[in-house]
Amino acid sequence: MDLSLSTRNVSGPGGDRTVVEVGGEIDVYTAPKLREQLVELVNDGSYHLVVDMEGVDFLDSTGLGVLVGGLKRVRAHEGSLRLVCNQERILKIFRITGLTKVFPIHTSVDEAVNATD
Amino acid sequence: MATVELRFSAQPEHVRTARLVAAAVARRAGVDEAVLDEVRLAVGEACTRAVGLHRSNGISAPVRVALTEEEKSFSIEVGDEVPGSGGGAAGSVPGVRSTTGPGAGPAEAETDTEADGEDEMGLAVISGLVDDVEVVTGASGGTIRMSWPTTPAPVSS
Repeated sequence: MDLSLSTRNVSGPGGDRTVVEVGGEIDVYTAPKLREQLVELVNDGSYHLVVDMEGVDFLDSTGLGVLVGGLKRVRAHEGSLRLVCNQERILKIFRITGLTKVFPIHTSVDEAVNATD
Repeated sequence: MATVELRFSAQPEHVRTARLVAAAVARRAGVDEAVLDEVRLAVGEACTRAVGLHRSNGISAPVRVALTEEEKSFSIEVGDEVPGSGGGAAGSVPGVRSTTGPGAGPAEAETDTEADGEDEMGLAVISGLVDDVEVVTGASGGTIRMSWPTTPAPVSS
């Protein structure tokens, strides 16, 4: 399965948020597409991103690298990158790499959009 | 001899194929369903690392994946053809046994720092997932060897 990406803007209590809905497999082949999308959003001035990973079937370290790169970019603009994920097998990868301490991980897009901390 | 052996050109798009084949052979070998996700991820990480090493070193040889069904375990070996590719990074990742094969000189273990970082991330994921993992560095290339226990198929009467 390939990677699917779609974005939409939602306004929350902290201001506008851009939700990036990701589906399919994020690996060494498809991760560059996600990287391009995140870079493009930041270049266009979207600094508060919510990456919805509920439709992701597979994530590897290349995908983690892209998310960390995205976080670095939004932080350079005082922005945020929040993840939405409830899938145990995906969460496990964040846990074993210690990235649960780096990314705020939410159980729903609403929760992520409304987060103001 | 390996149960199934795979050779693929060092292109990112083939890593998915390796994951699918490895998971299919592991399932047949009796690796627990709950562990198949780990097998898929670990073999993907090892292949991604090998593809990256081949590409950054301009090596046109294919990446090798050997899937072997043993009596009580299932093992996967992913081999690259980059001399001295395993040692440096593997040594710094806790939980990964690092073995230096004959002829691997320390001078050969130099890679550029950016690729090195991604390498370690992949190895960190592998070591977090797989209890039995060994990285062997040799003069002709490196090998990541991983194994999982299998449960014998129930005997049908």
